[in-house]
Amino acid sequence: MANSTRPFLSLRGIRKTFAAAGGTTIALNGVDLEIERGSFVSVIGSSGCGKSTLLQIMAGLIEPTTGNVTIEGCKVDGPPRNVIYVFQQYTRSLFPWKTVERNVAFGLENREQLSKEAIAARTQEYISLVKLTGFERHYPWQLSGGMQQRVAIARALACRPDVLLMDEPFSAVDALTRVGLQELVRSLWRELGLTVVFVTHDVDEGVYLSTRVVALGRPPATVAVDLPIELPHPRDQIATRALPEYLDYRGRLLAQLFAEEGLAARGAA
Amino acid sequence: MSPSIEADASRLPATAPPKSARRVSLIWKTRWFGVGFIVLLLALWEIAAASGAVPSMSFPRMSAVMMTWWELIVSGELLGELVPSLWRMFAGYFVGVALGVALGLLMGYFRFFYSLLEPITEVLRPIPSPAYLPIVILFLGIDDEMKIFMIAFASLFPVLLNTYSGVRSVDPIQLQTARTFGVTGWKLLWQIVLPSAAPYIFTGMRVSLAVALIVMVISEMVAASSGIGYFILSAQRGFKIREMFAGVLTLAIVGYVLNRLFVAIENRVLAWHYGYTVQQRN
Repeated sequence: MANSTRPFLSLRGIRKTFAAAGGTTIALNGVDLEIERGSFVSVIGSSGCGKSTLLQIMAGLIEPTTGNVTIEGCKVDGPPRNVIYVFQQYTRSLFPWKTVERNVAFGLENREQLSKEAIAARTQEYISLVKLTGFERHYPWQLSGGMQQRVAIARALACRPDVLLMDEPFSAVDALTRVGLQELVRSLWRELGLTVVFVTHDVDEGVYLSTRVVALGRPPATVAVDLPIELPHPRDQIATRALPEYLDYRGRLLAQLFAEEGLAARGAA
Repeated sequence: MSPSIEADASRLPATAPPKSARRVSLIWKTRWFGVGFIVLLLALWEIAAASGAVPSMSFPRMSAVMMTWWELIVSGELLGELVPSLWRMFAGYFVGVALGVALGLLMGYFRFFYSLLEPITEVLRPIPSPAYLPIVILFLGIDDEMKIFMIAFASLFPVLLNTYSGVRSVDPIQLQTARTFGVTGWKLLWQIVLPSAAPYIFTGMRVSLAVALIVMVISEMVAASSGIGYFILSAQRGFKIREMFAGVLTLAIVGYVLNRLFVAIENRVLAWHYGYTVQQRN
Protein backbone atom coordinates (compact mmCIF):
# COMPACT_ATOMS: atom_id res chain seq x y z
CA MET A 1 0.00 0.00 0.00
CA ALA A 2 3.00 2.27 0.32
CA ASN A 3 3.74 2.20 -3.40
CA SER A 4 2.73 5.63 -4.56
CA THR A 5 0.70 6.51 -7.61
CA ARG A 6 -0.14 10.02 -8.77
CA PRO A 7 -2.24 12.10 -6.36
CA PHE A 8 -5.85 11.16 -6.71
CA LEU A 9 -7.65 13.28 -4.19
CA SER A 10 -5.83 16.45 -3.40
CA LEU A 11 -6.51 19.22 -0.90
CA ARG A 12 -4.49 22.40 -1.17
CA GLY A 13 -4.40 25.17 1.37
CA ILE A 14 -7.85 24.47 2.75
CA ARG A 15 -8.94 27.23 5.09
CA LYS A 16 -12.40 27.49 6.56
CA THR A 17 -13.64 30.31 8.73
CA PHE A 18 -17.04 30.68 10.31
CA ALA A 19 -18.69 33.90 11.29
CA ALA A 20 -19.24 33.80 15.05
CA ALA A 21 -20.30 36.24 17.73
CA GLY A 22 -17.54 38.80 18.08
CA GLY A 23 -15.59 37.95 14.95
CA THR A 24 -14.69 34.94 12.89
CA THR A 25 -13.53 31.53 14.05
CA ILE A 26 -10.89 29.80 12.02
CA ALA A 27 -11.78 26.11 11.89
CA LEU A 28 -9.20 24.95 9.36
CA ASN A 29 -6.07 26.93 8.79
CA GLY A 30 -4.38 25.66 5.68
CA VAL A 31 -4.78 21.91 5.33
CA ASP A 32 -2.77 20.20 2.59
CA LEU A 33 -3.37 16.53 1.84
CA GLU A 34 -2.64 14.25 -1.06
CA ILE A 35 -4.60 11.04 -0.96
CA GLU A 36 -3.65 8.14 -3.18
CA ARG A 37 -6.16 6.07 -5.08
CA GLY A 38 -7.05 2.95 -3.17
CA SER A 39 -5.82 4.17 0.19
CA PHE A 40 -7.74 4.09 3.44
CA VAL A 41 -7.07 7.33 5.25
CA SER A 42 -8.40 8.05 8.70
CA VAL A 43 -8.64 11.60 9.95
CA ILE A 44 -8.50 11.86 13.71
CA GLY A 45 -8.52 14.76 16.11
CA SER A 46 -10.24 15.98 19.23
CA SER A 47 -13.91 16.89 18.96
CA GLY A 48 -14.49 20.25 17.38
CA CYS A 49 -11.17 20.25 15.53
CA GLY A 50 -12.86 20.54 12.17
CA LYS A 51 -12.40 17.01 10.87
CA SER A 52 -16.04 16.70 9.85
CA THR A 53 -15.84 20.11 8.21
CA LEU A 54 -12.83 18.92 6.25
CA LEU A 55 -14.72 15.84 5.10
CA GLN A 56 -17.73 17.90 4.04
CA ILE A 57 -15.42 20.14 2.04
CA MET A 58 -14.08 17.04 0.26
CA ALA A 59 -17.68 15.98 -0.40
CA GLY A 60 -18.50 19.33 -1.96
CA LEU A 61 -21.18 19.89 0.66
CA ILE A 62 -19.55 23.05 1.97
CA GLU A 63 -17.11 25.37 0.29
CA PRO A 64 -13.73 26.17 1.75
CA THR A 65 -13.06 29.84 2.45
CA THR A 66 -9.84 29.52 0.50
CA GLY A 67 -8.02 26.61 -1.07
CA ASN A 68 -9.38 23.90 -3.28
CA VAL A 69 -10.10 20.21 -3.56
CA THR A 70 -9.41 18.30 -6.75
CA ILE A 71 -10.25 14.74 -7.68
CA GLU A 72 -8.19 13.39 -10.57
CA GLY A 73 -7.35 16.98 -11.38
CA CYS A 74 -10.98 18.18 -11.46
CA LYS A 75 -11.94 20.90 -9.02
CA VAL A 76 -14.70 19.97 -6.58
CA ASP A 77 -17.59 22.43 -6.51
CA GLY A 78 -20.75 20.66 -5.44
CA PRO A 79 -21.01 16.94 -4.72
CA PRO A 80 -18.88 15.07 -7.29
CA ARG A 81 -20.37 12.08 -9.04
CA ASN A 82 -17.77 9.58 -7.94
CA VAL A 83 -17.80 10.56 -4.27
CA ILE A 84 -20.37 9.46 -1.72
CA TYR A 85 -20.60 10.76 1.81
CA VAL A 86 -21.85 8.54 4.62
CA PHE A 87 -23.25 10.49 7.53
CA GLN A 88 -22.68 9.75 11.17
CA GLN A 89 -26.40 10.07 11.96
CA TYR A 90 -27.77 7.12 10.02
CA THR A 91 -31.18 7.47 11.70
CA ARG A 92 -31.47 10.90 10.16
CA SER A 93 -29.76 10.21 6.86
CA LEU A 94 -31.90 7.25 5.82
CA PHE A 95 -35.30 8.23 4.46
CA PRO A 96 -37.85 6.91 6.96
CA TRP A 97 -40.67 6.75 4.40
CA LYS A 98 -38.67 4.44 2.15
CA THR A 99 -38.05 0.75 2.71
CA VAL A 100 -34.51 -0.65 2.84
CA GLU A 101 -34.82 -1.50 -0.84
CA ARG A 102 -36.01 1.98 -1.83
CA ASN A 103 -33.32 3.62 0.27
CA VAL A 104 -30.58 1.56 -1.36
CA ALA A 105 -32.03 2.28 -4.80
CA PHE A 106 -32.21 6.02 -4.13
CA GLY A 107 -28.81 6.94 -5.54
CA LEU A 108 -29.23 4.60 -8.49
CA GLU A 109 -32.57 6.09 -9.44
CA ASN A 110 -31.22 9.58 -9.36
CA ARG A 111 -27.62 9.44 -10.50
CA GLU A 112 -27.48 6.70 -13.05
CA GLN A 113 -29.30 6.15 -16.31
CA LEU A 114 -30.33 2.60 -15.53
CA SER A 115 -33.36 0.52 -16.44
CA LYS A 116 -35.74 -0.55 -13.71
CA GLU A 117 -34.44 -4.12 -13.93
CA ALA A 118 -30.83 -3.00 -13.65
CA ILE A 119 -31.68 -0.89 -10.61
CA ALA A 120 -33.49 -3.78 -8.96
CA ALA A 121 -30.61 -6.15 -9.65
CA ARG A 122 -27.96 -3.81 -8.36
CA THR A 123 -30.02 -2.92 -5.31
CA GLN A 124 -30.28 -6.61 -4.50
CA GLU A 125 -26.57 -7.10 -5.06
CA TYR A 126 -25.57 -4.44 -2.56
CA ILE A 127 -28.20 -5.43 -0.02
CA SER A 128 -26.69 -8.89 0.01
CA LEU A 129 -23.18 -7.42 0.12
CA VAL A 130 -23.99 -5.79 3.47
CA LYS A 131 -25.82 -8.97 4.51
CA LEU A 132 -29.32 -7.53 4.71
CA THR A 133 -31.03 -9.99 2.40
CA GLY A 134 -34.51 -10.66 3.74
CA PHE A 135 -34.89 -7.11 5.06
CA GLU A 136 -35.67 -5.44 1.72
CA ARG A 137 -39.22 -4.55 2.69
CA HIS A 138 -38.40 -3.36 6.18
CA TYR A 139 -38.34 0.29 7.05
CA PRO A 140 -35.09 1.67 8.49
CA TRP A 141 -36.67 2.28 11.89
CA GLN A 142 -37.53 -1.40 12.14
CA LEU A 143 -33.81 -2.25 12.10
CA SER A 144 -31.07 -2.02 14.70
CA GLY A 145 -28.52 0.77 14.58
CA GLY A 146 -25.83 -1.39 13.00
CA MET A 147 -28.22 -2.63 10.33
CA GLN A 148 -29.31 0.91 9.57
CA GLN A 149 -25.73 1.97 9.04
CA ARG A 150 -25.29 -1.02 6.73
CA VAL A 151 -28.26 0.24 4.70
CA ALA A 152 -26.54 3.62 4.45
CA ILE A 153 -23.32 1.92 3.32
CA ALA A 154 -25.16 -0.19 0.74
CA ARG A 155 -26.92 2.91 -0.56
CA ALA A 156 -23.57 4.65 -0.94
CA LEU A 157 -21.77 1.71 -2.54
CA ALA A 158 -24.58 0.88 -4.95
CA CYS A 159 -23.60 3.98 -6.90
CA ARG A 160 -20.13 2.42 -7.27
CA PRO A 161 -18.25 5.50 -6.14
CA ASP A 162 -14.47 5.74 -6.32
CA VAL A 163 -14.32 7.56 -3.02
CA LEU A 164 -16.26 6.86 0.14
CA LEU A 165 -16.20 9.60 2.76
CA MET A 166 -17.33 8.41 6.16
CA ASP A 167 -17.98 10.76 9.06
CA GLU A 168 -17.65 8.88 12.35
CA PRO A 169 -19.96 6.25 10.91
CA PHE A 170 -19.73 3.83 13.80
CA SER A 171 -19.74 6.19 16.75
CA ALA A 172 -23.37 5.56 17.62
CA VAL A 173 -23.37 1.75 17.71
CA ASP A 174 -22.31 -0.66 20.45
CA ALA A 175 -18.80 -2.14 20.58
CA LEU A 176 -19.59 -5.52 19.01
CA THR A 177 -21.65 -4.05 16.19
CA ARG A 178 -18.81 -1.66 15.62
CA VAL A 179 -16.32 -4.50 15.17
CA GLY A 180 -18.68 -6.09 12.63
CA LEU A 181 -19.02 -2.85 10.69
CA GLN A 182 -15.25 -2.27 10.75
CA GLU A 183 -14.68 -5.68 9.20
CA LEU A 184 -17.41 -5.05 6.64
CA VAL A 185 -15.95 -1.71 5.56
CA ARG A 186 -12.41 -3.12 5.42
CA SER A 187 -13.45 -6.05 3.27
CA LEU A 188 -15.53 -3.85 0.95
CA TRP A 189 -12.62 -1.44 0.63
CA ARG A 190 -10.30 -4.28 -0.39
CA GLU A 191 -12.78 -6.01 -2.68
CA LEU A 192 -14.05 -2.94 -4.48
CA GLY A 193 -10.79 -1.02 -4.67
CA LEU A 194 -12.32 2.04 -3.01
CA THR A 195 -10.55 5.07 -1.68
CA VAL A 196 -11.87 5.69 1.82
CA VAL A 197 -11.51 8.78 3.94
CA PHE A 198 -12.72 7.95 7.39
CA VAL A 199 -13.23 10.51 10.14
CA THR A 200 -13.10 9.15 13.66
CA HIS A 201 -12.25 10.30 17.15
CA ASP A 202 -11.15 6.79 18.01
CA VAL A 203 -7.39 6.33 17.56
CA ASP A 204 -7.62 2.52 17.74
CA GLU A 205 -10.24 2.41 15.04
CA GLY A 206 -8.17 4.72 12.84
CA VAL A 207 -4.99 2.68 13.18
CA TYR A 208 -6.70 -0.66 12.78
CA LEU A 209 -8.62 0.26 9.63
CA SER A 210 -6.24 2.49 7.76
CA THR A 211 -3.24 2.61 5.52
CA ARG A 212 -2.59 6.12 6.79
CA VAL A 213 -3.74 8.23 9.70
CA VAL A 214 -3.84 12.00 9.63
CA ALA A 215 -4.23 13.83 12.93
CA LEU A 216 -5.53 17.38 12.96
CA GLY A 217 -4.47 19.78 15.70
CA ARG A 218 -6.69 22.04 17.76
CA PRO A 219 -8.45 24.78 15.80
CA PRO A 220 -7.28 26.68 13.85
CA ALA A 221 -6.36 23.22 12.63
CA THR A 222 -3.61 22.06 10.36
CA VAL A 223 -2.26 18.57 9.80
CA ALA A 224 -0.38 17.79 13.00
CA VAL A 225 0.68 14.22 12.28
CA ASP A 226 0.63 12.29 9.02
CA LEU A 227 1.42 8.68 9.71
CA PRO A 228 1.51 5.83 7.18
CA ILE A 229 0.24 2.65 8.83
CA GLU A 230 2.27 -0.26 7.57
CA LEU A 231 0.49 -3.11 9.24
CA PRO A 232 0.07 -6.36 7.30
CA HIS A 233 -3.17 -7.27 5.55
CA PRO A 234 -5.47 -9.02 6.18
CA ARG A 235 -5.89 -7.60 9.62
CA ASP A 236 -7.35 -9.32 12.60
CA GLN A 237 -9.24 -7.66 15.41
CA ILE A 238 -7.22 -9.50 18.02
CA ALA A 239 -3.86 -10.38 16.44
CA THR A 240 -3.30 -7.07 14.65
CA ARG A 241 -4.21 -5.08 17.72
CA ALA A 242 -1.56 -7.00 19.68
CA LEU A 243 1.30 -6.26 17.25
CA PRO A 244 4.09 -4.06 18.66
CA GLU A 245 3.87 -1.84 15.53
CA TYR A 246 0.16 -1.35 16.16
CA LEU A 247 0.83 -0.34 19.74
CA ASP A 248 3.58 1.97 18.59
CA TYR A 249 1.30 3.78 16.09
CA ARG A 250 -1.41 3.98 18.65
CA GLY A 251 0.94 5.36 21.27
CA ARG A 252 2.35 8.03 18.99
CA LEU A 253 -1.07 9.24 17.90
CA LEU A 254 -2.49 9.21 21.41
CA ALA A 255 0.54 11.14 22.68
CA GLN A 256 -0.11 13.73 19.99
CA LEU A 257 -3.80 14.05 20.90
CA PHE A 258 -3.07 14.24 24.61
CA ALA A 259 -0.44 16.90 24.02
CA GLU A 260 -2.98 18.90 22.03
CA GLU A 261 -5.49 18.58 24.83
CA GLY A 262 -2.92 19.39 27.50
CA LEU A 263 -3.37 16.00 29.13
CA ALA A 264 -0.50 14.12 30.70
CA ALA A 265 0.11 10.98 28.63
CA ARG A 266 0.84 8.88 31.69
CA GLY A 267 -2.34 9.87 33.48
CA ALA A 268 -4.62 9.27 30.54
CA ALA A 269 -3.00 6.13 29.10
CA MET B 1 -49.11 7.99 18.74
CA SER B 2 -51.21 4.85 19.12
CA PRO B 3 -48.29 2.36 18.98
CA SER B 4 -46.78 3.83 22.14
CA ILE B 5 -50.10 3.55 23.95
CA GLU B 6 -50.37 -0.07 22.90
CA ALA B 7 -46.81 -0.67 24.00
CA ASP B 8 -47.66 0.73 27.41
CA ALA B 9 -50.78 -1.40 27.60
CA SER B 10 -48.83 -4.54 26.75
CA ARG B 11 -46.48 -3.84 29.61
CA LEU B 12 -49.35 -3.48 32.06
CA PRO B 13 -50.32 -7.10 32.80
CA ALA B 14 -47.05 -7.78 34.64
CA THR B 15 -48.14 -5.52 37.47
CA ALA B 16 -51.90 -5.59 36.88
CA PRO B 17 -54.31 -7.12 39.43
CA PRO B 18 -55.90 -10.59 38.89
CA LYS B 19 -57.98 -11.29 35.82
CA SER B 20 -61.49 -10.55 37.06
CA ALA B 21 -60.54 -7.19 38.51
CA ARG B 22 -58.66 -6.36 35.34
CA ARG B 23 -61.65 -7.08 33.13
CA VAL B 24 -63.79 -4.68 35.12
CA SER B 25 -61.17 -1.96 35.02
CA LEU B 26 -60.75 -2.37 31.27
CA ILE B 27 -64.35 -1.57 30.32
CA TRP B 28 -63.80 2.14 30.67
CA LYS B 29 -60.79 1.87 28.41
CA THR B 30 -62.81 0.68 25.43
CA ARG B 31 -64.53 2.74 22.82
CA TRP B 32 -67.88 1.23 23.85
CA PHE B 33 -67.72 3.06 27.14
CA GLY B 34 -68.00 6.40 25.35
CA VAL B 35 -70.60 5.07 22.93
CA GLY B 36 -72.64 3.96 25.92
CA PHE B 37 -72.45 7.49 27.25
CA ILE B 38 -73.96 8.83 24.03
CA VAL B 39 -76.77 6.26 24.28
CA LEU B 40 -77.39 7.37 27.86
CA LEU B 41 -77.65 11.03 26.84
CA LEU B 42 -80.06 10.13 24.03
CA ALA B 43 -82.16 8.16 26.50
CA LEU B 44 -82.25 11.16 28.83
CA TRP B 45 -83.36 13.29 25.89
CA GLU B 46 -86.15 10.81 25.14
CA ILE B 47 -87.30 10.79 28.76
CA ALA B 48 -87.13 14.57 29.10
CA ALA B 49 -89.19 15.09 25.97
CA ALA B 50 -91.69 12.34 26.76
CA SER B 51 -92.28 13.56 30.31
CA GLY B 52 -93.31 16.97 29.02
CA ALA B 53 -90.75 18.74 31.20
CA VAL B 54 -89.70 20.71 28.13
CA PRO B 55 -92.24 22.13 25.62
CA SER B 56 -92.39 19.44 22.96
CA MET B 57 -93.00 21.87 20.09
CA SER B 58 -89.29 22.74 19.81
CA PHE B 59 -88.03 19.67 21.61
CA PRO B 60 -89.35 16.51 19.95
CA ARG B 61 -88.67 13.07 21.29
CA MET B 62 -85.43 11.57 20.20
CA SER B 63 -87.30 8.56 18.81
CA ALA B 64 -89.47 10.88 16.71
CA VAL B 65 -86.36 12.57 15.30
CA MET B 66 -84.92 9.17 14.45
CA MET B 67 -88.13 8.11 12.70
CA THR B 68 -88.23 11.31 10.70
CA TRP B 69 -84.58 10.90 9.84
CA TRP B 70 -85.22 7.39 8.61
CA GLU B 71 -88.21 8.52 6.53
CA LEU B 72 -86.13 11.28 4.97
CA ILE B 73 -83.39 8.79 4.15
CA VAL B 74 -85.81 6.29 2.62
CA SER B 75 -87.61 8.96 0.59
CA GLY B 76 -84.22 10.11 -0.71
CA GLU B 77 -84.87 13.68 0.35
CA LEU B 78 -81.87 13.91 2.70
CA LEU B 79 -79.50 12.31 0.20
CA GLY B 80 -80.82 14.73 -2.40
CA GLU B 81 -79.68 17.59 -0.18
CA LEU B 82 -76.47 15.88 0.86
CA VAL B 83 -75.12 15.20 -2.62
CA PRO B 84 -74.85 18.86 -3.75
CA SER B 85 -73.47 19.75 -0.30
CA LEU B 86 -70.74 17.13 -0.43
CA TRP B 87 -69.90 18.01 -4.01
CA ARG B 88 -69.37 21.67 -3.08
CA MET B 89 -67.45 20.71 -0.01
CA PHE B 90 -65.04 18.36 -1.74
CA ALA B 91 -64.57 20.61 -4.75
CA GLY B 92 -63.64 23.49 -2.46
CA TYR B 93 -61.64 21.32 -0.11
CA PHE B 94 -59.44 19.80 -2.80
CA VAL B 95 -58.82 23.13 -4.47
CA GLY B 96 -57.90 24.61 -1.07
CA VAL B 97 -55.64 21.68 -0.16
CA ALA B 98 -53.86 21.73 -3.52
CA LEU B 99 -53.24 25.47 -3.31
CA GLY B 100 -52.27 25.25 0.36
CA VAL B 101 -49.71 22.52 -0.27
CA ALA B 102 -48.29 24.27 -3.32
CA LEU B 103 -47.98 27.66 -1.60
CA GLY B 104 -46.70 26.12 1.63
CA LEU B 105 -43.98 24.23 -0.27
CA LEU B 106 -42.96 27.34 -2.18
CA MET B 107 -42.90 29.50 0.95
CA GLY B 108 -40.98 26.94 2.93
CA TYR B 109 -38.50 26.15 0.20
CA PHE B 110 -37.89 29.47 -1.50
CA ARG B 111 -37.11 32.48 0.64
CA PHE B 112 -38.46 34.71 -2.15
CA PHE B 113 -41.98 33.30 -1.86
CA TYR B 114 -41.89 33.47 1.91
CA SER B 115 -41.00 37.16 1.87
CA LEU B 116 -43.61 37.81 -0.78
CA LEU B 117 -46.52 35.87 0.67
CA GLU B 118 -46.05 35.71 4.42
CA PRO B 119 -47.53 39.18 5.19
CA ILE B 120 -50.60 38.73 2.99
CA THR B 121 -51.17 35.29 4.50
CA GLU B 122 -51.10 36.74 7.98
CA VAL B 123 -53.53 39.51 6.98
CA LEU B 124 -56.07 37.28 5.24
CA ARG B 125 -55.91 34.29 7.54
CA PRO B 126 -57.53 35.80 10.66
CA ILE B 127 -60.64 37.03 8.81
CA PRO B 128 -63.54 34.74 9.79
CA SER B 129 -65.03 33.34 6.61
CA PRO B 130 -68.62 34.54 7.29
CA ALA B 131 -67.22 38.09 7.26
CA TYR B 132 -66.12 37.97 3.64
CA LEU B 133 -69.08 35.93 2.49
CA PRO B 134 -71.07 39.06 1.48
CA ILE B 135 -68.15 40.26 -0.63
CA VAL B 136 -67.86 36.90 -2.33
CA ILE B 137 -71.60 36.94 -3.09
CA LEU B 138 -71.16 40.35 -4.75
CA PHE B 139 -68.56 38.94 -7.10
CA LEU B 140 -69.58 35.33 -7.58
CA GLY B 141 -73.31 35.39 -6.93
CA ILE B 142 -75.07 32.78 -4.84
CA ASP B 143 -74.38 29.69 -6.92
CA ASP B 144 -71.92 26.88 -6.45
CA GLU B 145 -68.92 28.99 -7.50
CA MET B 146 -69.42 31.17 -4.43
CA LYS B 147 -69.63 28.20 -2.07
CA ILE B 148 -66.69 26.42 -3.62
CA PHE B 149 -64.63 29.58 -3.41
CA MET B 150 -65.60 30.10 0.23
CA ILE B 151 -64.73 26.52 1.15
CA ALA B 152 -61.46 26.55 -0.82
CA PHE B 153 -60.35 29.84 0.68
CA ALA B 154 -61.08 28.74 4.23
CA SER B 155 -59.44 25.31 3.71
CA LEU B 156 -56.32 26.81 2.25
CA PHE B 157 -54.79 28.40 5.34
CA PRO B 158 -54.51 25.46 7.75
CA VAL B 159 -52.89 23.41 4.99
CA LEU B 160 -50.60 26.23 3.94
CA LEU B 161 -49.33 26.93 7.46
CA ASN B 162 -48.78 23.28 8.29
CA THR B 163 -47.08 22.58 4.98
CA TYR B 164 -44.79 25.52 5.58
CA SER B 165 -43.89 24.25 9.07
CA GLY B 166 -43.33 20.80 7.63
CA VAL B 167 -40.93 22.09 5.01
CA ARG B 168 -39.04 24.14 7.56
CA SER B 169 -38.62 21.12 9.80
CA VAL B 170 -37.19 18.77 7.17
CA ASP B 171 -34.01 17.34 8.60
CA PRO B 172 -31.02 19.11 7.01
CA ILE B 173 -29.16 15.79 7.07
CA GLN B 174 -31.79 14.31 4.75
CA LEU B 175 -31.39 17.25 2.40
CA GLN B 176 -27.60 16.93 2.42
CA THR B 177 -27.84 13.19 1.87
CA ALA B 178 -30.02 13.78 -1.16
CA ARG B 179 -27.54 16.37 -2.43
CA THR B 180 -24.66 13.90 -2.19
CA PHE B 181 -26.68 11.66 -4.50
CA GLY B 182 -27.08 14.50 -6.95
CA VAL B 183 -30.70 15.32 -6.07
CA THR B 184 -31.29 19.07 -6.10
CA GLY B 185 -33.87 21.69 -7.03
CA TRP B 186 -37.37 20.54 -7.93
CA LYS B 187 -36.36 16.89 -7.60
CA LEU B 188 -35.33 17.55 -4.04
CA LEU B 189 -38.64 19.28 -3.36
CA TRP B 190 -40.63 16.41 -4.80
CA GLN B 191 -38.59 13.45 -3.55
CA ILE B 192 -37.47 14.58 -0.11
CA VAL B 193 -39.23 17.73 1.07
CA LEU B 194 -42.77 16.66 0.20
CA PRO B 195 -42.71 13.18 1.79
CA SER B 196 -40.79 14.48 4.77
CA ALA B 197 -43.39 17.22 5.32
CA ALA B 198 -46.30 14.83 4.73
CA PRO B 199 -47.16 14.32 8.43
CA TYR B 200 -47.54 18.09 8.82
CA ILE B 201 -49.53 18.36 5.61
CA PHE B 202 -51.94 15.71 6.86
CA THR B 203 -52.42 17.58 10.13
CA GLY B 204 -53.36 20.67 8.13
CA MET B 205 -55.67 18.68 5.88
CA ARG B 206 -57.49 17.28 8.87
CA VAL B 207 -58.10 20.74 10.32
CA SER B 208 -59.22 21.94 6.89
CA LEU B 209 -61.68 19.08 6.53
CA ALA B 210 -63.56 20.30 9.60
CA VAL B 211 -63.32 23.88 8.37
CA ALA B 212 -64.68 22.89 4.96
CA LEU B 213 -67.72 21.25 6.58
CA ILE B 214 -68.43 24.37 8.64
CA VAL B 215 -68.07 26.79 5.73
CA MET B 216 -70.19 24.54 3.52
CA VAL B 217 -73.07 24.70 6.01
CA ILE B 218 -72.70 28.44 6.61
CA SER B 219 -72.63 29.35 2.94
CA GLU B 220 -75.66 27.14 2.30
CA MET B 221 -77.55 28.78 5.15
CA VAL B 222 -76.87 32.25 3.82
CA ALA B 223 -77.63 31.70 0.18
CA ALA B 224 -78.77 28.45 -1.38
CA SER B 225 -81.77 26.59 -2.70
CA SER B 226 -80.33 23.17 -2.01
CA GLY B 227 -77.93 21.47 0.36
CA ILE B 228 -77.98 20.29 3.91
CA GLY B 229 -77.37 23.76 5.39
CA TYR B 230 -80.32 25.13 3.43
CA PHE B 231 -82.40 22.14 4.51
CA ILE B 232 -81.75 22.69 8.22
CA LEU B 233 -82.46 26.43 8.13
CA SER B 234 -85.60 26.15 6.04
CA ALA B 235 -86.87 23.33 8.27
CA GLN B 236 -86.43 25.59 11.27
CA ARG B 237 -88.18 28.48 9.56
CA GLY B 238 -91.07 26.23 8.58
CA PHE B 239 -91.37 24.87 12.16
CA LYS B 240 -90.44 21.41 10.93
CA ILE B 241 -88.49 20.83 14.09
CA ARG B 242 -87.98 17.09 13.66
CA GLU B 243 -86.65 17.63 10.15
CA MET B 244 -84.31 20.28 11.51
CA PHE B 245 -82.91 17.88 14.10
CA ALA B 246 -82.69 15.16 11.46
CA GLY B 247 -80.55 17.47 9.33
CA VAL B 248 -78.20 18.18 12.22
CA LEU B 249 -78.02 14.47 12.99
CA THR B 250 -77.05 13.85 9.37
CA LEU B 251 -74.23 16.36 9.64
CA ALA B 252 -72.98 14.66 12.79
CA ILE B 253 -72.88 11.35 10.95
CA VAL B 254 -71.22 12.88 7.88
CA GLY B 255 -68.59 14.59 10.01
CA TYR B 256 -67.87 11.41 11.90
CA VAL B 257 -67.61 9.25 8.79
CA LEU B 258 -65.39 11.78 7.01
CA ASN B 259 -63.02 11.95 9.92
CA ARG B 260 -62.83 8.15 10.20
CA LEU B 261 -62.13 7.91 6.49
CA PHE B 262 -59.47 10.55 6.79
CA VAL B 263 -57.77 8.79 9.68
CA ALA B 264 -57.84 5.50 7.75
CA ILE B 265 -56.18 7.12 4.74
CA GLU B 266 -53.68 8.94 6.93
CA ASN B 267 -52.73 5.74 8.74
CA ARG B 268 -52.12 4.07 5.43
CA VAL B 269 -50.10 6.83 3.82
CA LEU B 270 -48.16 7.72 6.95
CA ALA B 271 -47.66 4.22 8.33
CA TRP B 272 -43.90 4.82 8.24
CA HIS B 273 -44.25 7.95 10.32
CA TYR B 274 -45.70 6.31 13.43
CA GLY B 275 -42.99 3.69 13.57
CA TYR B 276 -40.35 6.31 12.96
CA THR B 277 -41.69 8.56 15.71
CA VAL B 278 -41.65 5.71 18.21
CA GLN B 279 -38.05 4.88 17.29
CA GLN B 280 -37.00 8.52 17.65
CA ARG B 281 -38.58 8.68 21.09
CA ASN B 282 -36.81 5.59 22.44
